[in-house]
Amino acid sequence: MQELMLAKAKELLQNGTVNRVLGWQAGEFVYDITPAVFESEQDLDAGFVYNEFCGNNLSKYLIKESRKEGKVLAFLKPCDTYSFNQLIKEHRIIRENVYVIGVPCEGKTDGETLKSKGVKGILGAKSEGDELIIDTLYGEQRLSKRDALTARCLTCKSKKHVVYDELLGEEGEEVPENHRFEEVEKLEAMTPDERFAFWRGELSRCIRCNACRNVCPACSCEKCVFDNPASGISQKAAADSFEENMFHIIRAFHVAGRCTDCGECSRVCPQNIPLHLLNRKFIKDIDAFYGEYQAGEDTESRAPLTNFTYDDVEPSIVYKGGKK
Amino acid sequence: MKKLPVSKIQELFAAIRAQQTLYIPTDDASGQARYLPWQEGMELTHALNTVRSAKDFFFPQTENLVEFKLKGKEIEIIDSRTEQDDFVIFGVRACDARSFTILDKVFLIDPIDTYYKNRREHGTVVTLACTQPEETCFCTTFGIDPADPEGDAACWIAGDSLYLKARTEKGEKLLSALDNLLADADEGEIAAQQKATRDIAQKLPFAKLNLAGFNGENLNKLFDSKKWPELSEACLGCGTCTFVCPTCQCYDIRDFDTGHGVKRFRCWDSCMYSDFTLMAHGNSRNSQVERFRQRFMHKLVYFPANNEGEYGCVGCGRCLAKCPISMNIVKVAKALEGEVQ
Amino acid sequence: MMQETLIPKLGVVTDIRIDTPDVKTFRVVGLDGKKVFDHMPGQCAMLSIPGVGEAMFSITSSPTNTEFMEFSIKKCGCLTNWLHAMDVGQQITIRGPYGRPFPVETELKGKNLFFIAGGIGLAPLRSVINYVRDNRQNYGKIKILYGSRSKQDLVDYHEILDEWMADDNVEVYLTIDRPQDDWDGHVGFVPNYVKEIDLDLDYNVLVCGPPVMIKFTLANLKELGFQETQVYTTMELRMKCGVGKCGRCNIGNKYVCKDGPVFRFDELDQLPNEY
Repeated sequence: MQELMLAKAKELLQNGTVNRVLGWQAGEFVYDITPAVFESEQDLDAGFVYNEFCGNNLSKYLIKESRKEGKVLAFLKPCDTYSFNQLIKEHRIIRENVYVIGVPCEGKTDGETLKSKGVKGILGAKSEGDELIIDTLYGEQRLSKRDALTARCLTCKSKKHVVYDELLGEEGEEVPENHRFEEVEKLEAMTPDERFAFWRGELSRCIRCNACRNVCPACSCEKCVFDNPASGISQKAAADSFEENMFHIIRAFHVAGRCTDCGECSRVCPQNIPLHLLNRKFIKDIDAFYGEYQAGEDTESRAPLTNFTYDDVEPSIVYKGGKK
Repeated sequence: MKKLPVSKIQELFAAIRAQQTLYIPTDDASGQARYLPWQEGMELTHALNTVRSAKDFFFPQTENLVEFKLKGKEIEIIDSRTEQDDFVIFGVRACDARSFTILDKVFLIDPIDTYYKNRREHGTVVTLACTQPEETCFCTTFGIDPADPEGDAACWIAGDSLYLKARTEKGEKLLSALDNLLADADEGEIAAQQKATRDIAQKLPFAKLNLAGFNGENLNKLFDSKKWPELSEACLGCGTCTFVCPTCQCYDIRDFDTGHGVKRFRCWDSCMYSDFTLMAHGNSRNSQVERFRQRFMHKLVYFPANNEGEYGCVGCGRCLAKCPISMNIVKVAKALEGEVQ
Repeated sequence: MMQETLIPKLGVVTDIRIDTPDVKTFRVVGLDGKKVFDHMPGQCAMLSIPGVGEAMFSITSSPTNTEFMEFSIKKCGCLTNWLHAMDVGQQITIRGPYGRPFPVETELKGKNLFFIAGGIGLAPLRSVINYVRDNRQNYGKIKILYGSRSKQDLVDYHEILDEWMADDNVEVYLTIDRPQDDWDGHVGFVPNYVKEIDLDLDYNVLVCGPPVMIKFTLANLKELGFQETQVYTTMELRMKCGVGKCGRCNIGNKYVCKDGPVFRFDELDQLPNEY
């Protein structure tokens, strides 16, 4: 696939369709991939890569890139296309300045995930059939590709692109049996005290690095309320022991109905807090209260939380957890 | 040098705990390695290092400085600090141990930061030699020997034994209080393990990382490099690198209205944040390129220029593992080395 | 007991003078009625109203004033708005002094001095000017060029008229940006006025004002034949700790709060252009 993408990128650069390419750049190891803009064929040959470690969602970069001179080629994985659509819907990306090529995704892995499976000293990795063969400082290790998948890819909702100008490779299918709400259901089954304890435990590790917010395609405010000194809540660290909880809860509310469940928040969290569960709870509730809705599926429909209908669930019912 | 059977490590922890608070790197409920106060039965993590660095012990993420009470036009200043108890941090890796001496060069130079000094004086650092470095490790670049860590006392787990060696007066004091648990040992008993670790260290991907030329003399040349826009292009402007870094020490001072008064606290801050240099009438670093450059210039050039060539990095590899876009000090150094070598 | 750098002392505001529509000068003493601490010209102090903010201000009064300190403060942000709204008798917190002062006892001693200020930029220079006037025998000729947007925006106007201009040993040149009815003095921008003044090249120059004024003034001084080693300025950057540790005012290997705020232009030339 990487070769196909390279050839296509060079072709579009050559014929002037685009003047630069947004993709992934190889790093020092096999897994430390950096999003990058390539402006020439030499740049592409020097570092462009696409493999099972290219997890970064590139959509948010297009807010900035689509405002630059000329058209940019963006390679988007299926889940990235949902974020792209959502940003189009919110008028954050200038659509005509982007040439979208959908690329297939079989699920991604990353350094942190491999390490959580006990792999130490990763020097390289190659894929062989259903297995990932990892070269390490301490000898070769094999991991089935399924075991190497990141948590978010294990509950992938769809391998099908919702938007593209051109598609490379074969289009995938939606994954209806994705079980992505199972973890949320476990939380719902807890007593309020247990749930409170769970979140306090998780969120107490937050270091307020803002990685979740800054990577989130739904967090596209020009100036975040938490960065505004005049807001009275612009703290960089916990002024009291509930501060971080508020940050994440408010953020989850703010992206509710707009979060496409791309999972970047949990991927980037240096403290491995399962932040996506907050957003998934909202998605699940919105599905239950307002009917099935997938943010980013299209660019036209009105989101349930910004659209009033007479059938809307009453606030009192929301308050009772939807039980009439 | 002293030793005791590894099987008696819990007895050792209990004996230390009997005298002062003991922190060890352990796996928490979510499976992450972090320093926690030792309680009976708590075991050392198998992870190479803690997710979060050890700088919290001396420079916590948030710390109260002073409190105020306001009444009409009057202000009352309340020094609300409490007495710091003695504590031991066990199992600090060589990189993190070095980070303390780097932080010392900031907080213990005149005028001394009394908050930091107070914690530093009450803390005893017991290091633990590494045996299985990760690919992200590059402590040897900074002259750190992972097989022979610094600290008030150092220890090695080799075979069935835990070897301990005091390096400072504080370390001596700690070990002498544990004497009934310890037997005499010979340095030769850890030589094989040290050699094995050093052999691995030589084979690490960044073993040959060369920082020659990153110094005050090339300050403007590096600052003016044309590579910064490209290096910082994908930077999210988050503070992950800063906050996981054991040597990043920038802080903010803020006031918090508790409803009963005003609590002035300091907290970690990041030069990567847009409001770091924001003033009422403008900002001296308006773009992420400038903010990104500041962080790496500070570690690789400004800090060594002021500290006899010592870099503001210990090669712990946390930023390499944690940066959401995998941009880090090694990539920056490699990209810029051509400009000065 | 070790000196605490981050715990402030208490001061009380004993006088508030309205200088211009957006500048007030605050007189501060300790609760015992005495000066809170001594300083040298060009040094700064951290003033704060707890809960509102804390910020660095240059000490406007001369060290030779043994009774109180003064701060000329322009209203431009959260804290300064609050300070402008307060009344006499208000307590504030104060810590310092911070930074490297103008070298009045070393490099500048015995020299002819030319002060150039624009707008609120007079605040730090006023401390030096009055220090030098009070130790007149230690310095050569003194010229002061001060300009502002309008007559109403001239800070310390009455002190300039009644004391500096009345002093035979000091030459004062005032200018405003645009002509106005009640002004018969010079009209024009500070950098241009510099070139109109009869000046030998043996002066040391102390300049402070808005960045754009400093930039053009320095260029014109160089055109006249002045060396960067003769020209001093004082800088302003975001500061929190005041003692070179919080990292905020770091430029190159310097911390403005500790290694500055006073710099000679040849020193600034060594630093990255990031201020």
